[in-house]
Amino acid sequence: MKSKGLKYGIALTFIILVLLGANLLFGSVHIPANAVWSILTGHAVEKASWSFIIWESRIPQALTALLCGAALAASGLMLQTAFNNPLAGPSILGINSGASLGVALVMLAGGGTIATGVFSLSGFFSVILGAFIGSMIIMGVILFFSTLIKSNIMLLITGIMIGYITSSAISLLNFFATAEGVHSYIIWGMGNFGGVSLHQLPYFAGICVAGLLFSILLIKPLNALLLGTRYAENLGVNIRRTRNLLLIATGLLTSVTTAFCGPIAFIGLAMPHVSRLMLGTSNHNSLLPVTLLTGGAIALLCNLICVLPGESGVIPLNAVTPILGAPVIIYVIVNQRKIQYFN
Amino acid sequence: MEKSPVILANDLGIGYRMNKREKRVHSHLSFQLYAGELTCLLGANGTGKSTMLRTLSASQPPLEGELLLQNRPLSEYSEKERSRTIGIVLTDKTQAGGLTVYELVALGRQPHTGFFGRLQKNDHTLIQEALEAVGISHKSRAYLSELSDGERQKAMIAKALVQECPLILLDEPTAFLDVVSRIEIMTLLHNLALEQNKAILLSTHDIEQALVLADKLWLLSKENGLQCGVTEDMILSHRMDDLFARNEILFDYAHGVYYPEVKSRRFIVVETPNDILLHWTTNALNRHGYACLSPEEQQNGLPRLKVKSQNQLLYTTNETQKEFISFEQLLQEINNDTTKK
Repeated sequence: MKSKGLKYGIALTFIILVLLGANLLFGSVHIPANAVWSILTGHAVEKASWSFIIWESRIPQALTALLCGAALAASGLMLQTAFNNPLAGPSILGINSGASLGVALVMLAGGGTIATGVFSLSGFFSVILGAFIGSMIIMGVILFFSTLIKSNIMLLITGIMIGYITSSAISLLNFFATAEGVHSYIIWGMGNFGGVSLHQLPYFAGICVAGLLFSILLIKPLNALLLGTRYAENLGVNIRRTRNLLLIATGLLTSVTTAFCGPIAFIGLAMPHVSRLMLGTSNHNSLLPVTLLTGGAIALLCNLICVLPGESGVIPLNAVTPILGAPVIIYVIVNQRKIQYFN
Repeated sequence: MEKSPVILANDLGIGYRMNKREKRVHSHLSFQLYAGELTCLLGANGTGKSTMLRTLSASQPPLEGELLLQNRPLSEYSEKERSRTIGIVLTDKTQAGGLTVYELVALGRQPHTGFFGRLQKNDHTLIQEALEAVGISHKSRAYLSELSDGERQKAMIAKALVQECPLILLDEPTAFLDVVSRIEIMTLLHNLALEQNKAILLSTHDIEQALVLADKLWLLSKENGLQCGVTEDMILSHRMDDLFARNEILFDYAHGVYYPEVKSRRFIVVETPNDILLHWTTNALNRHGYACLSPEEQQNGLPRLKVKSQNQLLYTTNETQKEFISFEQLLQEINNDTTKK
C-alpha cells in the first residue's frame, strides 16, 4: 500500500515538473525554449520583455496554479471525509460562493478601487480577509445544518441552496456597484491563476503551504473519521476540535485560492476521486499527499490549456476545469456500485 | 478470590439532557460487569438499550448516580484513556469501503500510536493476532466493501480487540446477519470474553442465541427497569416473562423461545411417545386454534390425538376414529370439523 502511494507520488512529481516546464515555455507570447532556459539560468536574452514575462508572469502563474490546485484538492478531500460524503467539495457546499461573497463585498463596495490586478498590500489582505470570513461563515452554516440533517444528499442540496442565496446576494451587490467594480468582479469570477504577482507570491505561497501542512497534520483523525463520528470518538478523536480544525484548514485554503484566482470549480471535487481511483484506497496516509499532487498537476494542465490559443487570447479558467472535472464525477456516480469507497 | 467489576453502577439515571429539559429513560439502575463474561442486553425496541450503551461508552453523561470504570469514575477518564479502555462496535454505516481489512483493524491502534499514527512492529503483531482471533486473516488484503456483513462485523470486532480495551460494547452486532453468521459472531464473542478475559456487553434482539451463549443477561424493560443475573437463574426465576409487557407474548421455558398466546376454546388431548413429536404436534394444533392437554389431565368428551410417529396419527372423537399418515391430512380433517360446526 505504502509503496503504491510512493510510486504514484514519484510519477506525479515528475509529471508536475514536466508541466511546470511546459507552463514556462508556452504562453500568449512565443518565447523560444533556449531563451527560456537562458532566462531561468540568469543569462541575458535578446529581448528584455521576455525576461520580464517569464519572471513576472509565467513563473508566478505556474507556481500559483500548482499551489492552488493542491489547496483545492486538499480541501475537497477533507470536506468529503468530514461530511462523510464523497460528493462534497468547496464549490458544491457553497464555500466557494461564500468566499466569493466576501470578495464581492470588498471589491464592489470598494467601487472598483480594489481589483485583483492592482493590489496594494492592504487591499490584498482585505480581499483575503473578506474571502476567509465569507467561506468560514458558510462552512459554519453548513456544519450547523449537518447536525440537523442526517441525510448526506439533503445536506448537499442545502449547500447548493446556500450557494444560490450567496449568488443572488452577489448579483444584488453587482446591481448597486459601479461599472468598474462589476468589471473587475466579473473578470475575477472567470478564474485566473495569473492574479498573483511575483511580490505577492510569498504571501500567497505562505498561506497555502501553511494550510497544506495543517491538512497533513490532520491525517490521523481523518482516517478515524472514515468510520463515522461515533467510531472516531471511540478511537480517542475529539470530534468538535477536529471539525473546527478541518473547518479552519479548508476555510483557509479555499478562501486564499478563491480570493486570488476566483471561484475555481471542480478541482476540489474531482481530484480526490481521481486519486482514490488511482491508489485504490481511502487511507489518507497515501491519499492526502497524492491528492495534493494530482490537484497541482491538473491545475497546471488547466493553465496550459488556457494559454493554448497563443496570441489570440487566454481562455477563462472556469471554462476549462468543468470539462476536465465533471466527467470524473459522472464516471464516479455511474460506477458507484463498482467503486469500493462508496460501499 | 473476589473479582472486581470492570463496570460498576450505583443508582444510575440515564437519559438525555437538552438545554434545560430532561428526557429520563431509566432511573435507579445498579449493575456490575465482570471480565471474562459475555453479557447480553435484551429488551424491546425503545426501552433504552442504545441509551444504556451510549452512557456506558461515555457518549452521553448519566443524569445522576455513580458510574465506575475499573474503580474510577467514568467522567474522570480523558478521551485517550477512554479509547484505551472501552472498545465499541456499532451498526453505523461507515465510509470505509475503500480501506482494506488490515487498514481498518489498524485504525484500532490509533489510541496507542503517535501523532501521525505510524504503526510499529508490535502494532503489526497485534493486528495480525486480532485478525486470526476473529478468523478473517485470510481476508486481510480484501477491501471492506468486498466483505459480507458478517465478515465486516468480525473486522470491526478485530478493530475493537487491537484497542486492547478490557471492556467491549457492541450495539446489536448480529442485526442484519443470517443465522450462520449470527451464531458465528456470538460464539466468537463468547470465546473472546473467556480467552482474552474481556468484559463484553452486547445488545441484541436475538434471544435464542443470547440464551445459549450469554453468561449473564441484562433484561431491560420500561416497567421493571434493569434486571441482571446469570442466564439460567434469570430464566428459571421467570424473569423472561417481564421482558415484554404484553400478555399475548409468552415465554416457552422448555425451549427458550417466545411464542404468541393461544386463544382458543377448543381442547384436544395429545399423546406422543417423545418430546419432539409432542412439541411439533402442539405447534401445529396451536396454530389451528386448539389448546393441547396431556393424557393425565384428560377430560371425557374431548377429542384425542395419538401420534405414534410422523406418519401414524390416530385421531379419535366421540363419533369416529381416523388414522392419518401426515400432518397435512390431520389438519385438513380438523379444519373440516371446525367449519362444519
